[in-house]
Amino acid sequence: MSPEQPAGKPAGGLISPAQNTWCPGCGNFAIEHMMKSAIAELSEEEGIPLHNFVLLGGIGCHGKLVDYLNVNSFYGIHGRSIPAATGMRLANPDLKIICHVGDGDIYAEGLDHLIFAAKRNSDITVIVHDNRVYGLTTGQYTPTSPFGFRGRSTPGGITEHPINPLEVMLAAGATHIARGYTKKVRHLKDLFKEAILHRGFSFVDVLQICATYFNLTGYYDAHAYELAEGEVETGRFESAQEKIREWDYDQEAPIALGTFYSVEKPIYEEKFQALTAGKPDRRALVRKMIEGRR
Amino acid sequence: MSEYSVLIGGRAGEGINTAGLSIARLFSRLGYRTCMYFDYPSLIRGGHNFAIVRASDMRIGAHRTPVDVLLAFDQNSIEHHRQRIRDTTTVVYDASTVVRGQGYGLPLDAILKEENAPPITGNSAMLGALAQVAGIDRDLLEAVLRESVPAKHLEANLRVAGRGYDAVENVFTVEPLDAPTFPVLTGNEAAGLGLVHGGLESYVAYPMTPSSNLLHFLAEHAQDFSIKVLHPENEISVILMALGLAYAGEKAAVGTSGGGFCLMTEGLSFAGMAELPVTIVMGQRPGPSTGMPTYTAQSDLHFVLNAGQGEFPRLVAAPGDLEEAYTWSSTALMLSWKYQVPSIILTDKTLAEGASSFDIETVVPHPDQEPVLWDGAGEYRRYAPREGGVSPLAFPGREGAVVRVNSYAHDEAGFTTEAAADVKLLQEKRLAKGESLRAELATYPTVKAYGPRNSGATIVCWGSEKWACIEAAEKFGARVVQPLVLAPFPVRHWKEAMIGAGKIICVENNATGELARLLRQQGFDPGRPVLKYDGRPFAVDELEARLLEVLA
Repeated sequence: MSPEQPAGKPAGGLISPAQNTWCPGCGNFAIEHMMKSAIAELSEEEGIPLHNFVLLGGIGCHGKLVDYLNVNSFYGIHGRSIPAATGMRLANPDLKIICHVGDGDIYAEGLDHLIFAAKRNSDITVIVHDNRVYGLTTGQYTPTSPFGFRGRSTPGGITEHPINPLEVMLAAGATHIARGYTKKVRHLKDLFKEAILHRGFSFVDVLQICATYFNLTGYYDAHAYELAEGEVETGRFESAQEKIREWDYDQEAPIALGTFYSVEKPIYEEKFQALTAGKPDRRALVRKMIEGRR
Repeated sequence: MSEYSVLIGGRAGEGINTAGLSIARLFSRLGYRTCMYFDYPSLIRGGHNFAIVRASDMRIGAHRTPVDVLLAFDQNSIEHHRQRIRDTTTVVYDASTVVRGQGYGLPLDAILKEENAPPITGNSAMLGALAQVAGIDRDLLEAVLRESVPAKHLEANLRVAGRGYDAVENVFTVEPLDAPTFPVLTGNEAAGLGLVHGGLESYVAYPMTPSSNLLHFLAEHAQDFSIKVLHPENEISVILMALGLAYAGEKAAVGTSGGGFCLMTEGLSFAGMAELPVTIVMGQRPGPSTGMPTYTAQSDLHFVLNAGQGEFPRLVAAPGDLEEAYTWSSTALMLSWKYQVPSIILTDKTLAEGASSFDIETVVPHPDQEPVLWDGAGEYRRYAPREGGVSPLAFPGREGAVVRVNSYAHDEAGFTTEAAADVKLLQEKRLAKGESLRAELATYPTVKAYGPRNSGATIVCWGSEKWACIEAAEKFGARVVQPLVLAPFPVRHWKEAMIGAGKIICVENNATGELARLLRQQGFDPGRPVLKYDGRPFAVDELEARLLEVLA
């Protein structure tokens, strides 16, 4: 399944020749195409050159996305995209750096990096392909699988409750927090654009159905709704927290989609920028230091 | 040979390290070559810390057991070092705490109270006493204090130093030499300076002894060097951040010790696969596991040679002194970029935290090396095949290029592939870079030899044991051979250096003979082992005694 393609040259040229190997009906298609459209539109509307986008992938089905788009890519290792993204942003402030990560990838293997990137307000975008199951390793529970989930490593059902990643992000200091759903593609695209344009750390948890191991389409269709204008005060922590807690990824409840929180704070990388400005003759600086120590 | 050894000991938190460095600077100002061994347990306050400063009119790089002057802040500093005290040793002790002392007792409590000076200034009293005992000019002492003490506390320190100076008697005279004053640096500082010389733009590290001081040194001087210094949440983040920097075109290095390097190994293998340059300063300390955090060992050689899943080329260099730490850190960074391979500078606590005279004039600079950059022609392919295996680099943000790096097996463009032909081709390309690197290193001093050939005996050693071996070997007229590069192993240089080796002895700071094992793997005879694995480096006289057992 692939959502309907908006026509237009830039977006069309962004699909790479790599062969797509996702399962039919995979939620990743929607994320791929909406990211493609988001990049194409940002390039046209905001004048961001296509060569300034970088996509990072972790390991899992989500990671394949970076092969499928004709954009600079860093296909990294499991759970570790985020520190590499911060490194890139440190090296080149012009880059628009987007981490595609999985729920097992970043809520289990790499949670430390996610929390610290939010804490330091690293100017990167994190898109979580949250299908709440390990796909590529064939069906084990992840940190967002609901209580009782029967996976291949937990055939008796898990006895732990999921984390609410949005609440974790809010507590960690993320300055932009949103949630999307792969069946609401235009909404998803707008969330991507908003997140990429946000100055600072932006986070989008995407409820992505896994056609093979955990197909929650019916559940999400019944419970998901788009936040209305003004339904949450996105500049106020308490308001965001209340709305984020409406659904805990476990109990049956309405599932809000949209932006929960968005504030401006100083960007981590900016204070380092001045340090390497210009092209100093570092060898002369070394010599001076040595002479000064006599 | 004119030489002096001074030990200063006390509890942690009393500034023993700083005092030791001041003593080394005092001798440096008199034209002496100095080296300092600093011994301290893993705690913040209490315990027993000591520094041994050795000064000589000859090039030295290791301490000896006996000392000429012992400066003791407490009873432990005498009891722990009885074996160092000879008839000629002058002991100066704090009479406020030491009950059984022979020599000069300084009433430190009373002095500090009368001078209304903080406890840390007790070090200056000891320095003052040392200057008087050793016939060192009082003005020179004051000059060294002016350089090392913050202005706010300078006056108090000068007063207290004067009291120490006046409280003892002159015993001998350190004659000033007609020689330049060399800067006194630690191995970590020399490595940091070398990295910056080699083009470092960012340094990323998580604190871990014995490499924390490299982080501190570069962080303190980030503005002076115009570099970024970053301290993220753990060593995994450290190496990935460095790889992100490298991908975007910025030269980065990281520093750690064994435990942190364990966490970096997945990133190291990724660097090997993705062909991202990174330089790792790996300061060894005794393991397994937490081991002895503040002591020394050479027990991670095979770990760094083999770390990371899969097969990929890497550069591993083990400097033996400040000059080698400086040149090889610089070279490792440059070669890492030229060949797009990870490079490792393997040091240990002895070298990293030890201090000695640094003579930049004797440094023979290695050639400058530049990365191979994309010329902009045609379609960019990150892993395009090329003679020697090195593909031209482009960085994201470059118009006309889509830059793909990949941890999966990939094709020339960087797309994931499992096709047999592509996988084989790219593996051969990566390994070809290792061979190119090996060929390049043929023009570098990858193996050093000291002393005459055909002397009947050759001592083989690596890293920080270098100078103890050179000095001990002189006693036996033996030759010393030291491999600087351990991967790719410099087979030809090794063969040449070992012609006429005679009886071979392999000296190492580990329990199993790690260099010996590497030599056997390469088809060479490592000879008889002389090993020390108690967390301390060899003292020269201790090594002489051990060599005598083998050579007799």
